Amino acid sequence: MTDYGPLTLHVPEPAVRPGGTPDFSSVGVPRAGSVARPEVNADPESIRDLAYSIIRVLNRDGKAIGPWGGLLSDEELLEGLRHMMILRTFDARMLMAQRQGKTSFYMQHMGEEAVSCAFRKALLPGDMNFPTYRQAGLLIAAGHSLGHMMCQIYSNERDPLKGRQMPVLYSSKEDGFFSLSGNLATQYIQAVGWAMASAIKHDTKIAAAWIGDGATAESDFHAALVFASTYRAPVVLNIVNNQWAISTFQGIARGGSGTFAARGLGFGIPALRVDGNDYLAVHAVAKWAAERARRNLGPTLIEYVTYRVGAHSTSDDPSAYRPKTESDAWPLGDPVIRLKNHLITIGAWSDERHKQAEAEVLDTVITAQKEAESHGTLHSGGKPSVRDMFEDVYAEMPPHLRWQRQQAGV
Amino acid sequence: MPRKTMIEAIRDAMDVMMDRDDNVVVFGEDVGFFGGVFRGTQGLQAKYGKSRCFDTPINESGIVGAAVGMAAYGLRPCVEIQFADYMYPAYDQIVSEAARLRYRSSGQFSCPLVVRMPTGGGISGGQTHSQSPEALFTHVSGLKTVVPSNPSDAKGLLIAAIEDPDPVIFLEPKRLYNGPFDGHHDRPITPWSKHELGEVPDGHYAVPLGKAIVRRQGAALTVLAYGTMVYVGMAAVTETGVDAEIIDLRTLLPLDLETIEASVRKTGRCVIIHEATRTSGFGAELSALVQETCFYHLETPVRRVTGWDTPYPYAQEWDYFPGPARVGRTLLETMEQ
Repeated sequence: MTDYGPLTLHVPEPAVRPGGTPDFSSVGVPRAGSVARPEVNADPESIRDLAYSIIRVLNRDGKAIGPWGGLLSDEELLEGLRHMMILRTFDARMLMAQRQGKTSFYMQHMGEEAVSCAFRKALLPGDMNFPTYRQAGLLIAAGHSLGHMMCQIYSNERDPLKGRQMPVLYSSKEDGFFSLSGNLATQYIQAVGWAMASAIKHDTKIAAAWIGDGATAESDFHAALVFASTYRAPVVLNIVNNQWAISTFQGIARGGSGTFAARGLGFGIPALRVDGNDYLAVHAVAKWAAERARRNLGPTLIEYVTYRVGAHSTSDDPSAYRPKTESDAWPLGDPVIRLKNHLITIGAWSDERHKQAEAEVLDTVITAQKEAESHGTLHSGGKPSVRDMFEDVYAEMPPHLRWQRQQAGV
Repeated sequence: MPRKTMIEAIRDAMDVMMDRDDNVVVFGEDVGFFGGVFRGTQGLQAKYGKSRCFDTPINESGIVGAAVGMAAYGLRPCVEIQFADYMYPAYDQIVSEAARLRYRSSGQFSCPLVVRMPTGGGISGGQTHSQSPEALFTHVSGLKTVVPSNPSDAKGLLIAAIEDPDPVIFLEPKRLYNGPFDGHHDRPITPWSKHELGEVPDGHYAVPLGKAIVRRQGAALTVLAYGTMVYVGMAAVTETGVDAEIIDLRTLLPLDLETIEASVRKTGRCVIIHEATRTSGFGAELSALVQETCFYHLETPVRRVTGWDTPYPYAQEWDYFPGPARVGRTLLETMEQ
């Protein structure tokens, strides 16, 4: 006989499933401006609370409050708004193009635009992002050609990646955007290695690693944190917590941990949680972390608390796994509307100018789209060459591939 | 010419390259202060400093993943996985990342990376220190796979691997580190100091990747081998008296098919020998290629002598290992047919 009852397995469940009433009461939202801004050289032990709070700048009235605000000029904020508007419009056009059969697949950013757009403005030329598939704002905010991105999505004759990669797995060395793998978490540790290389060469460049809440469960996340911690690599370790990993709610990856940011604490890595829908807060925290890296103080872990408003990709239907109205209940609002309201509040913007800007942005995106489509779309017009399929496997084509290319008749 | 052990020759290659090129960095488990469990990196940290030769956390995916990032940056990492048996956590980084980076970025990024791994059996290492996973690498587009069989080649091939613009898997038959091993485990060890291939030139030289070498000329039969099995093949030839031509492949991919074809067309018989398990082993690829390219010259079926399709055992090591007796039997059978 034993005193112990039978064991049971705990499988976490989200608060609500389809048909239920959305409930984000578990997401504690502190007041804007209420979280302290430590010095970048603060002892990580002394700022552990930042891993459990949410750094916010914009309040409900559209005002910028507290120690993390005041870093950006009106012009910079207007530029940020424009980047987010371009990204949102780009997404809308490409989603439509996917439905029209011009590409097979697309992934949109709706609700997460501030994260990549604001982060990019904390970087300098030469820095390198190791992004996931939902950070196209890094390219847009770097001024990357929308047409090049579309040609990649269409796999047409101008596709910079020659038709080798699925849509949105961009690569741009010159704009600090590392070739997207499509595997999850593998590039987190690569960013750390890239940053270590900069330190080994006594350069001044820093790296930024990107991962989603779900992929933090991968072993490579742990590998990245232990290497970053051990070698104090000049890297910013970003976690975009958009609540959902396809159909799996963030609690499955988070487990018993309080927050994703808190994962950094065991490694002695300063860890901050930030309102991912607040352009000013994202930028301020990114700048703080980049400053630490540049001053050779080592890595910083940032969790962006945000919400994936759209589907994971064009291949899933969120209404099958979460309430349809869940995004309306998300307590941190919409990043574009929040920045727009802030700019209106400070007298730098107006509803009329916003409408006008929307029309201009749409025109810019459509112009780029027409130009891209003149070079072909997935099933019509110009295509990448089949001969290119055999190039770049190696720097120099070995005999067996030359033979296979002959067999393929190209 | 100075004679060196194979591990000394490998260390010499890294020393030469670290001296010539500041971008060459060396790291792995126990690789820094201690100089590696097989002493392959001994003295390199003292000579080149801690930022160019250092210890890592025990995380193979981390070692290779960080190296991929460094290679993309412009460094030339030459990393050590302590035993090839430990590489599986790094396999995703090797297959999905290192091997494909040039391709998927259309040449914007590349990955000049060497992953050194002690491979093969013969050291009472059981299933976790004896495996020969070469076919898991030759199956992957974008990788090159090298298996040296002696100190002179090991140094030149490793230098060529470090200078190569693409990722190279460098498998070091650990039983050969201290001397040529012919499978007679019950006999005294011959040291490299008593073998002519222990002569290792000083300074920089490269043995080109993708070139095999004929170790023994012969007319009766062609033996395709690499690593430790080159010496097992030699012993089997001596003991059976079969006049075999022994080809040491040195690089498995890209493969020197020309040298293989020329030999098999001459002899009309082919036996492939490797330590790795049989099914889907690299011998299967070799056998297919010989059949495809030399069918009308073959007088007998192509045969393979390999490790059995079991995990590498501990106490039964010498029943598992394809030693000279087993190889010799197959040579004779092939000649009798």
